[in-house]
Amino acid sequence: MVVTIIIYTMLAIGIFFNLLGSIGLLRFPDVYTRLHAGTKCTTFGSMFLTGAVIVYGLKEWYLHPVAGSSIMPLHVFIALIAILVTNPTGAHAIARAAHKSGVLPVNAVVDDLKEDTTKEKTKKAKEAKK
Amino acid sequence: MVMKAFAVTSVVSFVTYLLLTTGSGDLWMWSASEIIFGIILALIVGFIARKIFIKNSYRMLNPIRWFRGLVYLIGPFFIAMAKANLDVAYRVITGKIRPGIVKISPGLKTDLGITMLANSITLTPGTLSVDINNETNDLYIHWINVKDEALKKKPRDPSYVCNGFPKWIRRIAE
Repeated sequence: MVVTIIIYTMLAIGIFFNLLGSIGLLRFPDVYTRLHAGTKCTTFGSMFLTGAVIVYGLKEWYLHPVAGSSIMPLHVFIALIAILVTNPTGAHAIARAAHKSGVLPVNAVVDDLKEDTTKEKTKKAKEAKK
Repeated sequence: MVMKAFAVTSVVSFVTYLLLTTGSGDLWMWSASEIIFGIILALIVGFIARKIFIKNSYRMLNPIRWFRGLVYLIGPFFIAMAKANLDVAYRVITGKIRPGIVKISPGLKTDLGITMLANSITLTPGTLSVDINNETNDLYIHWINVKDEALKKKPRDPSYVCNGFPKWIRRIAE
């Protein structure tokens, strides 16, 4: 009974954060801020969703300890680690590609990366002239 | 030296294979065919990937580092991540943003350390790593709510963006 309540709570939290991520995707103005919503919220939400599955799998493993009942929690745990590693990496790749192809943040207060890349470009242009 | 890299890579891939195939038989938890096939695959993977997986240092074999990594994941990292999500939730609902890209020098040297820091930064409050300078290991970070204090000095203070993470990661990965 307590385990069921824990599972449902975790599912609710996970769905809530995934929903927030989707709303953020619609509301934010540019690609970078959308990535904020898309990575943080989905990772955190998926952590709780996978956590619910792990708890359920452990309960099944404890109640019916036959061969094969250990598969679900372990596999989901590995999937969780994969999400934790790949989600921020993918976001970083998208952000980097966007900035390199000239998409600048909307309403940016400061942009050190643009300053540095323009500096390097002017340097290279000067060297090429010499 | 080459043999050691080969052995470590093979053992790690074999353990991963065993984790993925638990419950396949009654040899404790695995069937004999899975174990044999796992050994063959682990040897092949170890031969191919030994130079990529291990770069002239075996410091990650130290279990204390793994323990610290676990403590870091459960403690400060998880708390920061929960804060990050409440922060993004607040910004999703109110729409108050003040974005900008800042450059910080965390002072980490190894590839693994900088990767961990970049991923941690992406998952924690209001920050997203955009680019990296390969020579100096400086990170360029998109910050959703830039603070005025952080903009005053030109080499930005990393503690505004990643509260204490570089210290933890130095103890884990360097």
